[in-house]
Amino acid sequence: MTIVDPIKEAAPVDPNVVNITINDKPVVARKGELIIAAADRTEDFIPRFCYHPRMSPVGMCRQCLVEVETPRGPMMVVSCMTPVAEGQVVRTATDGVKKAQEGVLELLLANHPLDCPVCDKGGECPLQDQAFSHGPGESRFVEEKRHYEKPIAISDIVYLDRERCILCDRCTRFADEVAGDALITFTSRGNDTQVLTFPDEPFSSYFSGNTVQICPVGALTAKPYRFKARPWDLEQTESTCTSCSVGCRTVVQSSRDELVRYQGVDIDPVNWGWLCDRGRYNFESVNSPDRLTSPLMKNGSELVATSWSVALENAARMIRLALAQSTNNVAILGGARGTNEDAFAWAMLADKLGINQRDAQLGDGLSPEVFNLAQATIDETCAAKTIILLAPDVKEELPVLYLRLRDAAQKRKSRIIEFSSRNSGLTPYVWRTVGFEPGNQAQIVREALATPEMKEQIARGEVVVVVGRSNLAESEVFTLQALGEVLSAVPSAKVLPVLRRGNVRGAVAAGLTPKDNSGDAIDILNAAAAGKIECLILLGVDPMADVADSGLVQRAFTQVKNVISIDTMINSSNRNADLVLPAAAYGEKAGTTTNLEGRISNVAQKITPRGTSRPDWMIATELSIALGVDIGVSSLEDLNEKLVNSVVAFAPSSDAKSTHGDGVLMARETPVTISGVASKVTDRNAYNYRLVVSRTMYDSAQSTIASPSLAGIITEAAIFVNPLDLARIGVTEGANVRVGADGTNIVIAIKADNGINRGTAWLPFNHTGVDIRPLLNIASDVVDVRIEPIK
Amino acid sequence: MSRLNDANIKLAREIIARYPRPKSALIPLLHLSQEQNGYITREAMQHLGELVGVTSAEVYGTASFYEMFKFEPVGKYLINICGTMSCALMGAHELMHHAEKKLGIKAGGTTTDGVFTLAHAECQAACTEAPTLQVNYRYRLRVTPDDLDRLIDNLRDGKLNEEFPPHGVLSKVRQSIDASRAVGAKAPEDVNESPVWLDGKAAL
Ligand code: SF4
Ligand code: SF4
Ligand code: FES
Ligand code: FES
Repeated sequence: MTIVDPIKEAAPVDPNVVNITINDKPVVARKGELIIAAADRTEDFIPRFCYHPRMSPVGMCRQCLVEVETPRGPMMVVSCMTPVAEGQVVRTATDGVKKAQEGVLELLLANHPLDCPVCDKGGECPLQDQAFSHGPGESRFVEEKRHYEKPIAISDIVYLDRERCILCDRCTRFADEVAGDALITFTSRGNDTQVLTFPDEPFSSYFSGNTVQICPVGALTAKPYRFKARPWDLEQTESTCTSCSVGCRTVVQSSRDELVRYQGVDIDPVNWGWLCDRGRYNFESVNSPDRLTSPLMKNGSELVATSWSVALENAARMIRLALAQSTNNVAILGGARGTNEDAFAWAMLADKLGINQRDAQLGDGLSPEVFNLAQATIDETCAAKTIILLAPDVKEELPVLYLRLRDAAQKRKSRIIEFSSRNSGLTPYVWRTVGFEPGNQAQIVREALATPEMKEQIARGEVVVVVGRSNLAESEVFTLQALGEVLSAVPSAKVLPVLRRGNVRGAVAAGLTPKDNSGDAIDILNAAAAGKIECLILLGVDPMADVADSGLVQRAFTQVKNVISIDTMINSSNRNADLVLPAAAYGEKAGTTTNLEGRISNVAQKITPRGTSRPDWMIATELSIALGVDIGVSSLEDLNEKLVNSVVAFAPSSDAKSTHGDGVLMARETPVTISGVASKVTDRNAYNYRLVVSRTMYDSAQSTIASPSLAGIITEAAIFVNPLDLARIGVTEGANVRVGADGTNIVIAIKADNGINRGTAWLPFNHTGVDIRPLLNIASDVVDVRIEPIK
Repeated sequence: MSRLNDANIKLAREIIARYPRPKSALIPLLHLSQEQNGYITREAMQHLGELVGVTSAEVYGTASFYEMFKFEPVGKYLINICGTMSCALMGAHELMHHAEKKLGIKAGGTTTDGVFTLAHAECQAACTEAPTLQVNYRYRLRVTPDDLDRLIDNLRDGKLNEEFPPHGVLSKVRQSIDASRAVGAKAPEDVNESPVWLDGKAAL
């Protein structure tokens, strides 16, 4: 007797899986996937120019033709427009396909100037490469080619050579679909079709560099890289951008030990291959002739070069002297510019010396308790049904996060509810914008979220709150209150804290945050102003330029006895320091960094540090030895090991490989809830204007000013009000007005802005020309100003 | 002032309301603005962009696709002489030479008084009546040099004002559509019911 197995039920067929064959090999594809995308997972490369996996297909170039079996025999289809179907038989290299691909290439080359020897793209050009791999080898076209003026500048950064353009629609599609800046477009028709801007309206997009990267020919080139290097001379390594806290994945390229280019790398959880122009082009500041090459020490009123041994000895002396009286005599500001390891080394040193006053944030950040709320990743945020913004203008401060949020709103149908004092870059894409006057946001949030419409929306699914500081002239309390209101209305909401400085999350987690309830950066500055700090250590920060309340900083700096600055260049804060230690810059040091969602990824060293500059962690180590409190670090690996073993948050990155590619998320603590904070705001005198002060992408940040290609883009300071208020003040656009608060006056140009409510005025922070900071007083919760015409 | 004037802004709003998306109204609005100014000015393109919510670049991209939108001032009368096969065989080139001499300009140019612009055109789809020309896109057929002389004189003397409105005016009678018959402000992806012509009953 034979025992028959019970008949097994057939496994349910996954409706999302489609089986096809490509060149007779079976391929498993997703439902709705395009043939070209499925083929990209196989060995068989289908040539293409217009297809880009992060943009919708358009079928412009016809280079991706393949054959698909049909009942009536093989049919030629464009593989970037044809979705897979069950049982589909695809062939990518038949004689027919080859002939078609050669034909398309011959036509694409008909008008192409073939000036490869003088073209920046030569050597990494898809047109060049595919002409070799899939082209006819010889052209039958002998006629005169089409001519256009050789490159025309379409923005401060980007040049367009229309002769080379193959009209693939990648740049124009990117501008419209991804960035939302449809400032370049196809114009004219037929043989005259060309990419152009509107006359005198340049392609001034924050994301223009991406078009240069994805242009499949050398039609778009960028000023910072033009004629700088040849692809075959480039050395490169993958890294993470730390110009802001989004943490875009990049590849850092150098030639002859000098940085020449960053390119975006596509990682799924963060930047999808995109970079913003500031992050992409501020490598120029690393190459700046103003970089410090040796330690500088004050001699009389001047800073003069000295050796590291003398400098460290003196640093140790200053610190020891100050500590002799009290550990409260020394404070450390900064650290958000460095790596996790840099921050950790300094935190260890501070621990050894008993220095509790340290802060990587400069009074414009968030209390670390926000990091302990239930956290959302960027992906989770963009997949949420409702995204609540209590944040600065993301387009200005965290550019690539803006791209992700815009995509979520446009394509994924997430609904964004924006609470804001002025319109932001995201406003055109949000579901609802609720305006508030600085100070009353908590009340506005409470009322808004109680409306039936909002309640219904919130009930639709996950809610993520994107929270950050939207106004430098407003106390943090208001943001926390408003956040508290959201969380009490939606207790299940997760939080994505958006802090701007590159590695602020890592620095805080590694210990550069007030310890044992000691004061934060503002308390430190207040203590300094009161003469209670003798030695101030600046870790890559420039409080004179970066702290909103310049009066406070000035008072602090006049009182502090010794300032020790660790920085890459001279700035307004270390100009009068007693000691300046040259730090290695981005690209000159390795380690890990942590982005705003807590993702730990590696930053790589590509070039040798300038002069004798060295990484912050090494300076901390050497200083610890000079101080006789050796923190026991012998190498970066050693330091990293200490970090992952002693700080739980970094434990997931203990395998160095995990920080490559997508990186790895910090260990999350058990979420806490936020405690209620109460405060009340004074009413605004109806004749006054309440200030909103916030940052824009191009401000006078050191890395921007020191990058020649970007420096020219920074605009002059101005104050912006509602057009009706302009009339009420009795001035016309562009006129100079007197803006006063608490006995301080500045004279500044005034401009109209429809995105501001009446009674509110916006001042972009840190622009050129007029210094607006004298108006700001960090001790007051909000700042109200008078605006008067100048007779 | 080459932005739309107040009356035309009002009309533009009416036109925009006929489409599910404002930017769908771009082509009619470009015609409106060409009617107002005789050609499409930069300011007009910027204004239209504001009205329908697209960038000036997008307006320019759309407008420049179409031959009938002009970006330089055009004479009050745009004379397009067909030069394609049938007309060429029937004396179109001679006709063009004659016109050039008569007007004192070359093809593509505009007379200094701004009244006439002369241009080559491709087949105007009236080959049996060759040679043909159009004045502001209104036909004249089997045109002889004498006909052309008379035509130009009469145009200049204002005797043909009835038949030939100035360049940019598409038709003297403006089409209007009752608001109740407008397609409505529904974007295609939001339309759930099948189109009328698919539904037998509704069609009856
Ligand atoms: S400029 Fe480059 S990206 Fe843009 S359409 Fe031309 S070839 Fe494509
Ligand atoms: S968004 Fe931030 S991390 Fe990304 S490229 Fe720009 S500056 Fe760098
Ligand atoms: S890649 Fe498919 S048509 Fe261009
Ligand atoms: S050839 Fe002149 S109308 Fe056709």
